[in-house]
Amino acid sequence: MSTVVAKDRPRAAVHKFASCDGCQLAFLNLGEDLLLLSSLVEFVHFAEAGLVNPEAPVDIAFVEGSIGTIRDVERIQRVRARSRYLVAIGACATAGGLQALRNLADGQAWIADVYASPGYVESLETSTAVAQHVKVDLELWGCPVNSRQLIAAVRALLFGVVPLEEHDKVCMECKRAQVVCVMVAQGLPCMGPVTRTGCGALCPSFGRDCYACYGPAENPNTEALGRRLEGLGIAPAAIGRRFLAINNGAPPFTEAGLRRVHGHD
Amino acid sequence: MTEQRNIDIRVPVLARVEGEGALEIQIHGLDITTLRLRIFEPPRLFEKILEGRDHGEVPDLVARICGICPVAYQMSAVHAFERLFGVDPGSWVRDMRRVLYCGEWLQSHALHIHLLAAPDLLGYGNAIAMARDHPDIVRRGLLLQALGNDIIGLFGARSVHPVGVRVGGFHHVPARSDVTGIYTRLLAAIPEAEALVRWVAALDLPAAEQRFVSVSLRHTAEYPMNAGRLASSDGLDAGIDEFESHFSEQQVAHSTALYCLLKGQPYLVGPLARVNLNLERLPAAVRAVLDESGIVWPSRNPFHAIVARAAEIYYAVLEAARILKDYRVAEAPHAAVVPRAGTAIAGTEAPRGMLWHRYDVQEDGRVVRARIVPPTSQNQARIEADLRQSLEALGPDRSDDELRRRCEMVIRSYDPCISCATHFLDLRVERR
Repeated sequence: MSTVVAKDRPRAAVHKFASCDGCQLAFLNLGEDLLLLSSLVEFVHFAEAGLVNPEAPVDIAFVEGSIGTIRDVERIQRVRARSRYLVAIGACATAGGLQALRNLADGQAWIADVYASPGYVESLETSTAVAQHVKVDLELWGCPVNSRQLIAAVRALLFGVVPLEEHDKVCMECKRAQVVCVMVAQGLPCMGPVTRTGCGALCPSFGRDCYACYGPAENPNTEALGRRLEGLGIAPAAIGRRFLAINNGAPPFTEAGLRRVHGHD
Repeated sequence: MTEQRNIDIRVPVLARVEGEGALEIQIHGLDITTLRLRIFEPPRLFEKILEGRDHGEVPDLVARICGICPVAYQMSAVHAFERLFGVDPGSWVRDMRRVLYCGEWLQSHALHIHLLAAPDLLGYGNAIAMARDHPDIVRRGLLLQALGNDIIGLFGARSVHPVGVRVGGFHHVPARSDVTGIYTRLLAAIPEAEALVRWVAALDLPAAEQRFVSVSLRHTAEYPMNAGRLASSDGLDAGIDEFESHFSEQQVAHSTALYCLLKGQPYLVGPLARVNLNLERLPAAVRAVLDESGIVWPSRNPFHAIVARAAEIYYAVLEAARILKDYRVAEAPHAAVVPRAGTAIAGTEAPRGMLWHRYDVQEDGRVVRARIVPPTSQNQARIEADLRQSLEALGPDRSDDELRRRCEMVIRSYDPCISCATHFLDLRVERR
């Protein structure tokens, strides 16, 4: 990967697609570090922060949100064409988000059920990850991503090195932080064994089960975890719902969830 | 007779609001022919996502409706289920939920005042540019925002989509040492928050006098957050279960959004509505600063929303400090929950206004149907009414740029949360 550091400050953009806005808050919640960050990179488009210039060419484009309208299918192409590095941030951008559940149902029936009459907004029947539409250089998983992940990615790109991908399991993070295993000690249906690290093992450290908001880890053994959860007395349909949640659109979770919901129910 | 002027104002992407919206206004001569606050944020269909889910899954799912006010969604949801199931989580949970909500008001309001609204008032495009000339103001704002985030983190491990809330109470009891750290910072923030109210009230806010109805919860003893009856400035006094018999969602021909109306009329929710309806529930210190501001309360100037927002920051700091002063570690942070079938309803006060939830629940505790009415869909009609009145008051002879800037400022003063409102959009499906 060639260096992104230029003589002038590298230019960055934050683009929003279908999302809750929570991932770009990882920038807006930086406090004074936001001012420091803006001395390292020049934000040229970041609508919520007051900078509107969506068509400007940039070195790094951060993309929050999933692709769910025809307009957005076209918009993400333009973002790609104008960006040197495209970084997908958060579960919506990396896996289609919670709203990707409509991909597994009859999307049109869902829409007809919620809305009484046809209107003016054009919506696709699917909600999909950014990488299903354009080449993505880096994915930061998490619902939401945190400031540490964003800053680490920016720093790596500024130094011209490939950002480190965190794809260990949450279990590893619990061990490192010496958090007592909530599955072993309390019998809770923890998703940590199949879930990607990066959050800081927040749920187990709060005495509760991980609900997989950071998406699938590398080589997730969803079948073994499913059997373990059955052993804890969780019904197959409920196990299916645990996979078909925040990151339902991530293929290992889609497959594991559908297998439980349809296979054993 | 002057030459007829046609004005066409388009703001394709509204800056410094949460979510994706646009503004379109057309004026022919003296007539405003088109006025649209267009929302093109794609719908995410949360009502369907919730169907079939266990009540225990709901707090983590509804949080994802909004990254700025996830606590509000969690609070309305857990209160709805607890009311249906007859669960009393006790005074510790009740108090700590109030502190948690203070944290969310604090971070959301501080974010809005400093990063979204203040640049308008001081003549900057954004807060980063503003920080160069007003470093202390921005720094104070970021400090208050960070304190709010850290209060949420105390109970939820992180401020966006916190993981600590469950039906029946909390997953986790904060350690005394962590609470002491937050309490110390709250005490230090009291004079900062008071100074913030004075600073905001002294800003050169546009004068405006508009007729509008304020709506918020009203509680018998406290400033409303997690409980209360529905109240309005024209005399509504109804239980939270009666929401649907007073408020209705209506489709307007020129808009893509469903408007929530009270007896067919637009109304206001949020900080200004809350202050207007609950002045006597504010502690003396907050009321004193409001009275010294020279503004007559209740206020009919929508631009005073930012003063109300600052006053609620001051209130949130005082209230969180009051509750945490005598913090005790609870033995069990949650009550047992036994589900039953029925309709679960609750409303709480999100930073942007009343957030109403209804869930039809089957015997095993799973959701059959959900209905969520967020504050921004309630404010939609009021924002457009305000825009119309503001343009008429300003006069169409102003420059396009001035009209556009005023309109953006009006919209921003409501702190619209478009991601929240969006799942109430009406839409047309296009097959690819």
